[in-house]
Formats: sequence, structure tokens, C-alpha cells
Amino acid sequence: MSKILEVKDLQIDFHTYAGTVHAIRNVSFSLEKGETLAIVGESGSGKSVTLRTLMGLLANNAVVKSGEVIFNGEDVLKKSEKELDAMRGNDIAMIFQDPMTSLDPTMNIGKQVAEPLLLHNKISKKDAMKEAARVLDLVGIPNANNRLKDYPHQFSGGQRQRIVIAIAIINNPQILIADEPTTALDVTIQAQIIDLLKELQTKIDTSIIFITHDLGVVAGIADRVAVMYAGKIIEYGTVDEIFYNPKHPYTWGLLESMPTLETKSDRLYAIPGTPPSLIDPPKGDAFAARNHFALQIDTEQEPPFFQVSPTHAAATWLLHPDAPKVELPPEIKRRQAIWRQMHPEKAGD
Amino acid sequence: MADYKITADSFKPAHIAKEQQEKLGTDNMTFMQDALRRLRHNKMAMISLWIIIAFIVISVLSIWISPSNPNTQHLKWNNLPPKIANWSIPGFRGYGVSAGEKVNVYAQNNVPKNVWFVLGTDSLGRDIFSRILVGTRVSLFIAFMATLFDLTIGVVYGLISGWKGGMVDTVLQRIIEIISSIPNLVVAILMLLVFKPGLTSIIIAIGFTGWVTMARLVRAQTLQIKDQEYVLAARTLGESSVKIAMKHLIPNLSSTIIIQTMFTIPTAIFFEAFLSYIGIGIPSPTASLGTLLSDGQKNFRFLPYQMVYPAIVISVLMISFNLLADGLRDAFDPRTTR
Amino acid sequence: MAEEREKLVQVRHLVQTFNPGKKSEVRAIQDVSFDIYRGETLGLVGESGSGKTTTGRAIIRLYKPTSGEILFDGNDIAGLHNGSKQMKEFRREMQMIFQDPYASLNPRMKVKDIIAEGIDIHHLAKDDADRDAQVANLLQLVGLNPDHATRYPHEFSGGQRQRIGIARALAVQPQFIIADEPISALDVSIQAQVVNLLKNIQEQRNLTYLFIAHDLSMVKYISDRIAVMHYGRIVELSTADEVYNHPLHPYTQSLLSAIPIPDPEKQKNA
Repeated sequence: MSKILEVKDLQIDFHTYAGTVHAIRNVSFSLEKGETLAIVGESGSGKSVTLRTLMGLLANNAVVKSGEVIFNGEDVLKKSEKELDAMRGNDIAMIFQDPMTSLDPTMNIGKQVAEPLLLHNKISKKDAMKEAARVLDLVGIPNANNRLKDYPHQFSGGQRQRIVIAIAIINNPQILIADEPTTALDVTIQAQIIDLLKELQTKIDTSIIFITHDLGVVAGIADRVAVMYAGKIIEYGTVDEIFYNPKHPYTWGLLESMPTLETKSDRLYAIPGTPPSLIDPPKGDAFAARNHFALQIDTEQEPPFFQVSPTHAAATWLLHPDAPKVELPPEIKRRQAIWRQMHPEKAGD
Repeated sequence: MADYKITADSFKPAHIAKEQQEKLGTDNMTFMQDALRRLRHNKMAMISLWIIIAFIVISVLSIWISPSNPNTQHLKWNNLPPKIANWSIPGFRGYGVSAGEKVNVYAQNNVPKNVWFVLGTDSLGRDIFSRILVGTRVSLFIAFMATLFDLTIGVVYGLISGWKGGMVDTVLQRIIEIISSIPNLVVAILMLLVFKPGLTSIIIAIGFTGWVTMARLVRAQTLQIKDQEYVLAARTLGESSVKIAMKHLIPNLSSTIIIQTMFTIPTAIFFEAFLSYIGIGIPSPTASLGTLLSDGQKNFRFLPYQMVYPAIVISVLMISFNLLADGLRDAFDPRTTR
Repeated sequence: MAEEREKLVQVRHLVQTFNPGKKSEVRAIQDVSFDIYRGETLGLVGESGSGKTTTGRAIIRLYKPTSGEILFDGNDIAGLHNGSKQMKEFRREMQMIFQDPYASLNPRMKVKDIIAEGIDIHHLAKDDADRDAQVANLLQLVGLNPDHATRYPHEFSGGQRQRIGIARALAVQPQFIIADEPISALDVSIQAQVVNLLKNIQEQRNLTYLFIAHDLSMVKYISDRIAVMHYGRIVELSTADEVYNHPLHPYTQSLLSAIPIPDPEKQKNA
């Protein structure tokens, strides 16, 4: 596998009247060709800002303090507006959260789907329409050929999201960025859209960055997962490593607070409190105030990444050799038991 | 890991106060403070605001302090050009052009040394500066009345129409459509059939039509806000409609109301000036910016100052109100700008 | 067991039609009947357009039902008129928690005035000091700091705002609370907080809930019984365990199978 995208040491501030918001604080990650990377975090954790940076869509009051976004050997942050236009919708495409607002209600869907094709390629209108019909068929719009002249309101919510996906993939982008693509949808449709994305990935051979606040959605689609909190990535690893051998207390909290059909307990676990303000981020580990396992050092110094395996690392002092052994929450114990079954050789982790 | 200081206590459990979990940022600014902060950063709007304040102060003070009576005629001293004391300020030296030659008009007319008119006199020898002050006062009074109608009739009408909905809304909207289909010039002329021309008829004409835009805007916003969940919450708590309007609707409509008022004012000022200019507004001898323009325009080629100064005043006044209105709109609704 | 328990809310043949007789007629609820026992939580689950939110709003009388009866504590409230004395009394007994934490708090009001709105309407405070003390208590009850009372809503996160909304509903000491999708706009990590809070308050204050949700995953934790709505009708109503373990209606089955499972291994096998 080869790296298609690499984000190095990204730091982004927003200047607001209330002060400077340190929205992204040293974020680094990479995307391999053909893989699905899920970025998981609460609202305000910086996952959407990271995404906008990749697309060159930052707001006016944003300042990139440091970092590089290397895509195809070039730094996206150094590209001109014209180069960005050539990249967006062509090499990197995006699927937005709400299909209601990301489609133009006054334009028929044939035109909307064909638009990026006409914009980035020399192609006749007729051929573009043909291609639009083909892609609409690919995303599962029944009878696509006869529906090109229909308007968005004539489709259901789930179908509209399929159309949005069709617009995103018509130019065979190398990277598809999905920003909470299922959050605004009904559950039954949510599952369909996830299946569609999985299916498309094999068909058009693209890399996907999937952004969500819901770890549950990610389990079925992601190859690797990065967990973000307060403007930082705090743990990353393969999907199995994150779900069955998590090391950061925040990841534990996320996994514990998720309802599963089997768990019989009366009360759900809830991560207490609220994420900190990023205008004045707390000293040390930003999660310390909400962390049952917080150590003295968490309130003083920010934890570095401790490597767990070549693919897995977490930024928590609990991984320091001198740190005390903590009693894991039951749900995490259950998950680690599965991990040991899967990897008997690594039982010690 | 060289940068990290690890001590014996480092790995003991931390004690963090529970309040820390719900800690808020230091941001304590209200919406209004935030909007005013944005307004202060808008130079043009702030300059306009100060100009408007200056106009208001001067025209109110001029009720008691005025260089001379605006309606007193000095037939011997008519058409005197601007002059300030005996200072030599270009344009204010009392010189005029007569038969192609520059002459001292004051000397020609045997005006005593200690008598001078800052902006000159008109064809009846009345002090133009004093008349402009009166005219400005009339304009601002019209502006005040138009605001009053906007805030009373316009806001209340829009609130009722939007909040009640259904039949009430339909009827009220049809009435608005009928009113706004009659040009306000026609209304003003019809008023002349009933009333004498003057301030009253102009104000009634504005009161009849001026609030329509405000009512429409307030209605549209009310329709949106009334479905907001905080209004539903107030209803489930048993809040009365009047209280909901006062506590929830009006505070959230305030930006719309303020901005629309600022756009109504210049329209009203111009309406009065226009009526006076065509001779169906303020009757003589009372001055208004419109009558001054109309009088000055007759001698514009020979005595330009008689029209230029009233024209400057009305232009500055209108531009200031419009720029302030723009500034307020940007301040209250930052999304509309870029 | 059901016979011995007291029915707090009885909904009988409730029909809610919007714009009746016009082209835009919408039959949001078509003949819905169910009971809610005192002290229990009834979960009402359905996707968008199922009529679940309309049902909640009709019961709390934000809408005037087209036909049918709503008995609350034995009295029919379907015909009460706005502004009447009975209506005002009823408003204290039943409260609502709303879906969108960003739209449910008036952005121009301080938190203490938002929470005290009901206290003011029903004159529940002796004086200003009493009012402030009640607000401080409510803030503590929902896990916020009492010194947050003078802040404005925009300074809070979604989960905190939702808790302010809960405090506002509790301020008038209601018996019955309709929670209209109180967690669906929140991050998954915050949802558990709100669900646990609602459960704790229910135990402390012996409250009855109607908990409306658009999926089945969280509802199980808070509901004693669950009703599944589809196209304006209730298609299944049973105890929470029955609905989860032995769903009868195909629609319930499809809702259940759509819940994302946070287990990559299970999803691979599925």
C-alpha cells in the first residue's frame, strides 16, 4: 500500500472576538490508497476543521499555524485557489451531512450529477448525461435513465443522499471524504448508505475518510480509526485494535457509553462533563477533568503518543512504564477477551 | 521523552474538582454587545452615527439658539452671499458675481459692518442658515414620526399577522396588499383634499403607508420564530400570547426591527422633501429642506449657494442614515457579509 | 400486573389531521390508542414522518386534536381551550423536553430566566431570592454549576443545553414529561449522560415519561414498554424486552436490524 495523503503536524487557530480558538493542535495522520480511515470525535473535537483543511475550504478567520497536507506529493495548503478548484470535486470529493441542503432544489438531478464532470473534463453534454445515468444506477437509483429530469424533492431522503454520493464519485476521485453522511438519516436508511459506500469502494477503488461522532457506524466500514478529542488525535489504530484493544480512557468511555443489544445493565456508562473550551485549553491532558483514571501528571504535562503496535498508538500516561495498572471497565474487559481470542500470540498487550 | 519531568507523584491519581467537568469558556458577551462591537469596527457606520447625532443635537438646540429668525424678511438685504464675520475664508467673503464682475455684495447693499449671514440670504432676505436649521428639524421630526409608526403599527401588525396565522393572517395580508398598491404620492395628494397642506397631512400619509415593509418583515420573521422550540416550550409552560411576544418574539426580532427602522427614516425624509419641493408639502413661510431646494433652484445659475447648502445637508443626512443602516445590518447579521 | 396499576395518560382513538379538506391535507396520526401507567416510561419509536412527534405535541396540547380523547389523570384534556383555568393547571402537570438543543433555548435570555420561566408563569417563587435558589437547585440537579445561571445559552455545549431544557421542564414540578427525541441531536458520547439523568430524576421525583425516539438503540435503556409507530399508526406495543427479543411486526424487525453494532467482527460476519 502507498500513502495517498499525509497530514503532518497540523495546527490551526481561529481568531474570534472572544479569543483565539486552538481548533487543531498538532494533528498528524496518513491515508493509504484504497483504505477507509474513520475519524471519530465529538462536535468541537476538530474533525470537521481537519476535513475542511484537506479540501482547502477553511473559513476566513482560520490561520494555519504550522503543518503540511501532502496529497500526490504536493502541499494542499500551498495551492492557489485555482489549483484547489481543479482538485476539489475531481481528485478529492466530499459527501455532506444533510442531503436536503447539499442539493440545489431548482436544478434537475441529471444536471447536478453531470456538473462536476462537465467542469473538470472536456466532454459533450450528451455523454455527460449518459455517464450521470450510469453513476446514478451505480448508487442504486432505480430506473435512473428516466429520472435525470426529476428534481430533488421528488426523491426520498435516502435516495437524495445516494444522489449526493453520485455527484461525489462521478469523477472517480482518489479520496472521498464523508462528513457524517448518515447522521441526518433514518436508521434503516443509514445502514443502506453504509453498505453502499462499502460496495462503491471496491467498485471505483477510492480511499475514504469517514467522519462521525458515532463509533457504532464506523465498525462496519473502517479499516483504521483515529479518535479525536479537543483538537488532537488521542488514539489511532486498526479497527480491531480500537474496538477490541483500546488504550485511551476516552476511547474506553466512547465504547462503554454505546448501547449494545446484549448488555443487560440498568444504567449506561456516561462520560461525565463536557469537552473543554479550546480558547484556553487546559494544561496537561485535555481529557483529565472527565477521566476517572486521571493521574497527577495528566494535570501537568501533555501525554506523548505511546506506541502499542506498529499500527496502534495512544496518547495517555497510563501507557507509561511507571504508570499504575488500572482496573478496566467491564465492557473493555469483555472486548479485550475477544482480542485475546483473535490474537493469542499478543495476549500480553 | 526527554522533555517530560516524571516525579514520584506523577502517577498518583489526580484530584480534580467536579466543577472542572462542566467548565465554560470565558466568553460572556451577549448578542447585543457582540453586535455593538462589530458596529464599532465599521468606520463608515460610526462616522454616520456621529454625523446623525450632531444633526440631532444642533437642530434641537436651534429651537432656542438661532442666528436670526428664519422667517424675518430683510427685503433690503436680499440675495446676500455667504459671509462669516470679516474673516477672509474663500467662499464666505460676501462677494458675488454681478454683470461678469466680482463685487462685494454686502458693501453694495450698504449692509452694516457687524451684520453678516453665514450661508447668505434668500430672495426675501431671510437667513438661509437659520432656515436650514428649521428644515433639518422638520426632516428629523418626520423621521421620528415614521419610526414611531414603524414601531407601533408596523411591528404590532406584523406580530399579530404572523402569530395568529390562518384567517387573521390572510385578511391582514390582503389589507397590506391593498395599501401598498396605492402609491404614497397619491395618498399624499388625497390627504390635501381633506387637510390643509402641512406637516399633519404628510405625517398622516406616512402613517398610512410607511409601516407596510416593517409589518411584512416582522410577519415573516414571526412565522419562523413561532415554530422554534423555545416558543413551543413557553406555550407548554402556559405563557400567554402577549408575554410570548414580549419575552421571546420581540427580543429575537430586535435586529430586524432596528435595521428596518434605519431604512425607513431616509425614505420618509426624502418623501417630505419631495412633497415640499413640488409644492404640496410644508407651506411657506415655514422652511423645510424641500422648500429650500425648490426656492434655491430658481436662482441656481446666479446664486448657487441658495440651493447647494440645503442640498448638501439633505444628502449628508440621507447617506448617513443609509450607511448606518448598512452597518447595523452587518453588525446584527454577520452572515450577510461575505 | 397492568390492571392494578394506575393509568396516568389514556389516549383513545386520537386523530390529528392538518389542513383538513384541503389539497395539502396531512393525516399525521390515524386512530392511535395507548395508555401510560403512572411511574413508567413508554418509548415511542418511529422514523421521520411516522407521526411520533405529532403524537407528543397533540398530547401536550400544542395542537388541537382533530378527534379522539386524551385522558390525563382521568380528565379529558383534548378539548381544553387555551387561556382557560383548567388549561393553565394542566400546563403545570405535563412538560416537554425538546429535540434541538440549539433551538429550544431563547438565545436572548439568561439561563436563570430560561429555567425560571415556568416559575414566573405559575408564581411558584415567593421572592427573587427564592427564585434564584430554585434555579440553583435545578442546575445542580441536572449536573451543572449554579454559577452558570447568569450565562447565555450560546456559551454551552449541546449536552449542557439539553440539561438546561430539562431543568426548565422540571421547574414547575410536573408529573408527566414528554421527551421529544431529547438525544437524537446529541453526540453518542453525550446521549448516555442525558438518558441516565432522565432516569435518575424519574426515580427521585416519581415521574412518568413518554420518550420519543427515532431508533431503538437507546430507548431500551429508559423504557419499560415500547410502542413502534409507522405511518401514523402504532404497529407494535409491548414490553421493552419483548420488542427487542421477539419483535412481531416486520417494521420493528427492520428497525432492530438497522442498529449499528459497535463490533467490527460481528459486522464482518453479518
